[in-house]
Amino acid sequence: MSVIVYTESEKGKFKKVAFEVVSYAKAIADKMGTSVTAIAVNAENPESLGNYGASKVLAVNDDSLNVFNAKKYASAIEQATKQENANVVVLSSSADSKYLAPILAVGLEAGYVSNVVEVPSNTAPFTVKRTAFTNKAFAHTEINTEVKLIGLSNNSFGLVESGGSASVETFTPNIPDSGVTVESVDKATDKVSIADAEVVVSGGRGLKGPENWALIEDLAEVLNAATACSKPVSDLGWRPHSEHVGQTGKPVASNLYIAIGISGAIQHLAGINSSKVKVVINTDPEAPFFKAADYGIVGDAFEVVPVLTEKLKAFKAQNA
Amino acid sequence: MKILVCISHVPDTTSKINFTEGDTKFDTNGVQFVINPNDEFGLTRAMWFKEKQGASVDVVNVGGPETEPTLRKALAIGADAAIRVNTEAVDGATVAKQLAKVVTDGGYDLVIAGRESIDYNGGMVPGMLAAMTGANFVTNCISLEIDGTNAKAVREIDGGKETVSTSLPLVIGGQKGLVEESDLRIPNMRGIMMARKKPLTIVEPVDANVETKSTGFEKPAPKGAVKLVDAENIDELVNLLHNEAKVI
Repeated sequence: MSVIVYTESEKGKFKKVAFEVVSYAKAIADKMGTSVTAIAVNAENPESLGNYGASKVLAVNDDSLNVFNAKKYASAIEQATKQENANVVVLSSSADSKYLAPILAVGLEAGYVSNVVEVPSNTAPFTVKRTAFTNKAFAHTEINTEVKLIGLSNNSFGLVESGGSASVETFTPNIPDSGVTVESVDKATDKVSIADAEVVVSGGRGLKGPENWALIEDLAEVLNAATACSKPVSDLGWRPHSEHVGQTGKPVASNLYIAIGISGAIQHLAGINSSKVKVVINTDPEAPFFKAADYGIVGDAFEVVPVLTEKLKAFKAQNA
Repeated sequence: MKILVCISHVPDTTSKINFTEGDTKFDTNGVQFVINPNDEFGLTRAMWFKEKQGASVDVVNVGGPETEPTLRKALAIGADAAIRVNTEAVDGATVAKQLAKVVTDGGYDLVIAGRESIDYNGGMVPGMLAAMTGANFVTNCISLEIDGTNAKAVREIDGGKETVSTSLPLVIGGQKGLVEESDLRIPNMRGIMMARKKPLTIVEPVDANVETKSTGFEKPAPKGAVKLVDAENIDELVNLLHNEAKVI
């Protein structure tokens, strides 16, 4: 009986969500009186996971896994879970982890619950809290299988450093053939993604046209933020679909979400509701977003945002 | 090519979400149900394969009789036939097991489902279905081309996209991008009339263990009032974000 956690890395460096899922797995293991084993694929410094609560790291080093493949990765995690006799498996909510999770669930005959936001409230029956109805509600869900698979909602638990150390073992799974081959990856390396961003700056129709997006981008740059947009903006083709956040777009669970010229339709608010602090800038004091936000400025984005960008620049320079 | 599009019957995106029976059941009172938006993008792409490549397109839903109007709408949009598996959709795994039987019995080459439903957001049915039927699987799919038994798909990843090659049989987790919002079809009168004559087959479910079960629901705690900052006093906002919210 133990807790196993899959820790994602990119080009050998652990992603922040890797430390979050280990922290979370440690909290579950403490509740169950057991320990955490992490599985890491082609990652540098696997022992660093000890700091977040892993006792052991299974380090996989295999060039055929340099490019993510859901079936191959699911198989590697399945074999690790069986070797360790683990009965709780923890994954993040990254696009890759959500891709492999259902394949892994079938392989392990594990009950799978995604978008989990807290440590299980109970271990018998094993009960987790997750978001439902695109963040308009939470569900308490029991997992009744022997092996439980949990997808942790990003940024819902945070990082907890425990200062421990982890032993590292080489793990060599059998990698199956996959019928899906990656031909090319198109990823902006200089931009932070919406999924990984601590801060998201988002623009709506209030910006009047795509030519005004420098306003959003300049502010985002100062805050090292990802840029996003409302559904109408993506439907109008002002911005790519990949920036559309909301119920039918991407979910946002950042620490800070700044909405500029977005009125706050119920579908938009559902998608960004998991963000911790919300700021709205809008000319219309009646915009529904003001009811959902923590801080608001009633004002013209074209006047307010450049000033805010300058003030934040000065603030960052001072606190650097 | 035989295509099956999985249709989830979900509350309209504008729905207010409430619960009844001691917060154990979703309150459907006054709620308008629609085709899950992610499924609708897939259905519309399937129509393209039907019209340009001569594919047949069936639609399937796992649910009670109340979901039939949603299946009829899919028929009105242009699907050839509908199947309803007559059981409650308890969780993703049970739905996937029911669909696996339909896929195997029907010999489908391509299954298109939404990457997730907008009600329970599990995001697991397409992947489980692929694993259960031994099909290839691409999720968060924003582009799909089929040539014979070969497929080329684009998957949205965190911060970008990747292009993959794969082959039939294939399960797709679809979303916006498979077609554009403006490509979605509103059923016309002729489509609605024709849909009434198209077959809607009810099949009985296979046995499936319930692996996960939601025992209760809650709504997020009500939000405190927004703190308004004067547009002339942006320093105050920076100060609040730093000292109060501690996010910068």
